[in-house]
Amino acid sequence: MNRHRTISLDVNGRVREIAVPSHRTLLEALRELGCLDVKCGCEKGDCGACAVLLDGEAVDSCLTLAWTAEGRAITTVAGLGSAEKPHPLQDALARNGGVQCGYCTPGFIIAAASLLRETPNPTEDDIRFGLGGNLCRCTGYRKIFEAVSEAATAMDAGART
Amino acid sequence: MSEIVETPTKIDVEERQVGRPLERTDARAKAIGATRYAGDFTMPNVLHAKVVRTNIASATLRRLDMSKARALPGVVCILTGADLPDRMAATDMPGQTGQQRRKTDHQILVGERVRYFGEPLALIAAETRDIAERAATLVEAELEPYPGVYDPIDALEPGAPLLYGADNIVAMQKVRKGDVERGFASADVVVENTYRTQFIEHAFLEPEVGLAWVDQDGVINIRVSTQVIEHFRFVADAVGVPHNRVRIQGALVGGGFGGKEDITVEVYLALLAKATQRPVRLEFTREDSLVGHGKRHPFVMKYRTGVTKDGRITALQCDFLADAGAYVFLSPYVLLYSVVAAPGPYRIDNLRVDAKAVATNNMYTSAFRGFGAAQACVAYEQQMDEVAKAIGMDPLKFRRRNYLHDGETMGTGFVPPSNIWTERCADRAWVALGEPTESSGAVKVGRGLAAYLQSYGRITALHDTSECWVGVEVDGTVVVRSGVTDIGAGQVSALAQIAAEVLGVEMQDVVVYNSDSAVTPLAGTTTATRALYMTGNACRLAAEAVRRRLVARAATKFGVDASTVDMAFGNVFVADDPTQSMSLAELARISAAEGIHRSELAIFRAPFTDKVDPETGQGQVHPDYAFGAHAIEVAVDTETGEITVLKSVGAHDVGRAINPAAVEGQIEGGATQGQGYALSEEMIYREGRLMTPSFSEYLIPTTMDVPIVQSIILESRSGLGPFGAKGIGEAALTPVAPAIANAVADAIGVRIAELPITPEKVVAALRHKA
Repeated sequence: MNRHRTISLDVNGRVREIAVPSHRTLLEALRELGCLDVKCGCEKGDCGACAVLLDGEAVDSCLTLAWTAEGRAITTVAGLGSAEKPHPLQDALARNGGVQCGYCTPGFIIAAASLLRETPNPTEDDIRFGLGGNLCRCTGYRKIFEAVSEAATAMDAGART
Repeated sequence: MSEIVETPTKIDVEERQVGRPLERTDARAKAIGATRYAGDFTMPNVLHAKVVRTNIASATLRRLDMSKARALPGVVCILTGADLPDRMAATDMPGQTGQQRRKTDHQILVGERVRYFGEPLALIAAETRDIAERAATLVEAELEPYPGVYDPIDALEPGAPLLYGADNIVAMQKVRKGDVERGFASADVVVENTYRTQFIEHAFLEPEVGLAWVDQDGVINIRVSTQVIEHFRFVADAVGVPHNRVRIQGALVGGGFGGKEDITVEVYLALLAKATQRPVRLEFTREDSLVGHGKRHPFVMKYRTGVTKDGRITALQCDFLADAGAYVFLSPYVLLYSVVAAPGPYRIDNLRVDAKAVATNNMYTSAFRGFGAAQACVAYEQQMDEVAKAIGMDPLKFRRRNYLHDGETMGTGFVPPSNIWTERCADRAWVALGEPTESSGAVKVGRGLAAYLQSYGRITALHDTSECWVGVEVDGTVVVRSGVTDIGAGQVSALAQIAAEVLGVEMQDVVVYNSDSAVTPLAGTTTATRALYMTGNACRLAAEAVRRRLVARAATKFGVDASTVDMAFGNVFVADDPTQSMSLAELARISAAEGIHRSELAIFRAPFTDKVDPETGQGQVHPDYAFGAHAIEVAVDTETGEITVLKSVGAHDVGRAINPAAVEGQIEGGATQGQGYALSEEMIYREGRLMTPSFSEYLIPTTMDVPIVQSIILESRSGLGPFGAKGIGEAALTPVAPAIANAVADAIGVRIAELPITPEKVVAALRHKA
């Protein structure tokens, strides 16, 4: 049996302790901590449903060992915004019909947040490339592209005021 | 990009909610990560389950030794076929119909014979997922290879290994209309081609998952990701308890596309929860999912078309062979859909269709968006282009000569009750492609179109019904209760929109409780493009009954005739005298005080028919059909074989778009799934073994692969659904793959008649041509 070690994870601004064996992935650890907004789609890094931000950069949490995230800021989709105060990406996805079954949505929003951090005014090609690691089977992607573009405009306007 | 381009000229009633592209009721919670899917539920003291699968497709189980697995600390329960000697699981059409089940039940766990790769051998329940997985590796199974058959043509040969029964024929379907021999005799040209389609996978993003527990009444409760909560009956039969002792609670489903129409984890969960009397959770890995549920049927489709020089089809003969895989599941029904659709949306007076579904040791095949009609469309629309080419006629002009029109008879002798707007959809889609992109050097540009017919609603011989309850609370808010499952297309939101329309409130004033086989009125399956048609109608009926009673009470108070009272924006008022007005809350309070019934449980019944004559296939098979077309422009690099979809336009008569944004979502998503079907997706089996067990090998379209899809929504308001709606779920996908195939053929001048059209096939076809 693999030995467990207690690690501290900074999740959405709150430090949480969890005992994990060394092979436990960040996806499994986060879900064990109750972060059910992080979705398991393939556990192989093929689909992006489990994406979270590590110090602002999107990673597949299924390919990240939990202990390697110690001391880094982990942000899940629930950490980006709430019903009362949604992140512009969350608001735009909902309003634009970019959400269907919704299972891929947290991963797309995380990937888009990571993209907009690097590229605040993305072209359509930038958006396609930035979301290239995320799979959606329902929408055909167009409404997601539009939502990201709209959110970028809103965030840019917000930043300038 | 979308436009609503055509509606009937006169609309009598102003609709305030229906027809608006509203934000769906479920969208925001999903975007902030607050939605709880079936896999997000657990319970104290839960056990974790694992399915142990075979690694060979055809074998005899000589020995199954679970002793090492049982000895592993933390393993609580192991079940094998020996523990379930007389237990079988149903594979027949699920749901609420009262029809007798066909004799197609299959073993739950391998007894003696293994028939497909990955067939479940044993179930393990353990204290943790790690332990369950380790225990699975300790199972010792001695499997002696048994002769297998992996091609449906081989399976029909004399002496072929038999899966079960006297031959490998699982189902046969026929259609006979007119005189085919005379039709061919009067043809100037006869064109014969064979088209092939492949195994494909639904690839919903949420793998199969569920949680089961036995409650204080001895009821086995299952919270599961499913399109069909009414599997509770089949689950009860499989585990040997009465139907009222199994309760299935759904959750918002992370995608279905037909892949969660059959039972997935439910029977395993029920068996383990019953055996352990502890909660049990089972979540498929992606590999479990890819291996473990039914695929789309591969079809071999021979088309022989007789045509006159001026483009009139005189006869059509179709021979279909479908690979049913190792168990029956929904193959007979998929085959029925394929033969009904075989002639396409064309008037063909002399028709003969013969179809067989054949058992092999490949993975079993079952429901997939389009359900046999999609495979037929791949063939009939490529054949239309080939016939047009043979007589030197423009393919759109050739289609126009032959389109079925309003009031005309389909191949099955049935006259669809709604409008048939195929021609105007096709013309719109084609025009929307705009100016052609120029070919450049080795990159050749081509265009293609495919028209279709696709049923909405289940087979009428099933006698389909759906129930919905609508009530107005004393504060004027609205509650809807219905068993309908929401698989991501907005099934629940549509009910909220319909109830809001009828009762004159905003959509956010409505809450829908759904998907619980014990406490929500049973609504049937979310399959067959039936949820909006069936449950939407039930919802409208229930809401209208409530409205009538409330309006009658308001009319008494206002001292006017009830026909002059309207409801809108949370108010009830005299239509031509708005000074006479009260809030819906006030009216609801008065009604409650007087005992006026503020709720209604309604049932909607689809048309009921007998089964069609098996010798002729003549009669009604479905309630009605949707019609439309998809147009495509592609660029093909003739050096590398790479295909890029440049333009993709879907034009569909949806009858009435309840929520146009949701309709666009279906069209765009269907276009993308269809593109995968045409170009990149294939579940490859070698001797039954799956060679594509992850999304690294099984390639669904990504953000980098798809064009911006254009949706053109036409509204004939002639459908059988609420407000004249038809259905778009399956229709959105059906014409896409053949439109792409036609565009590729147009670009390179060679027909690749076997999906998927990969770069390798393009290069090989061009070499062969040269």
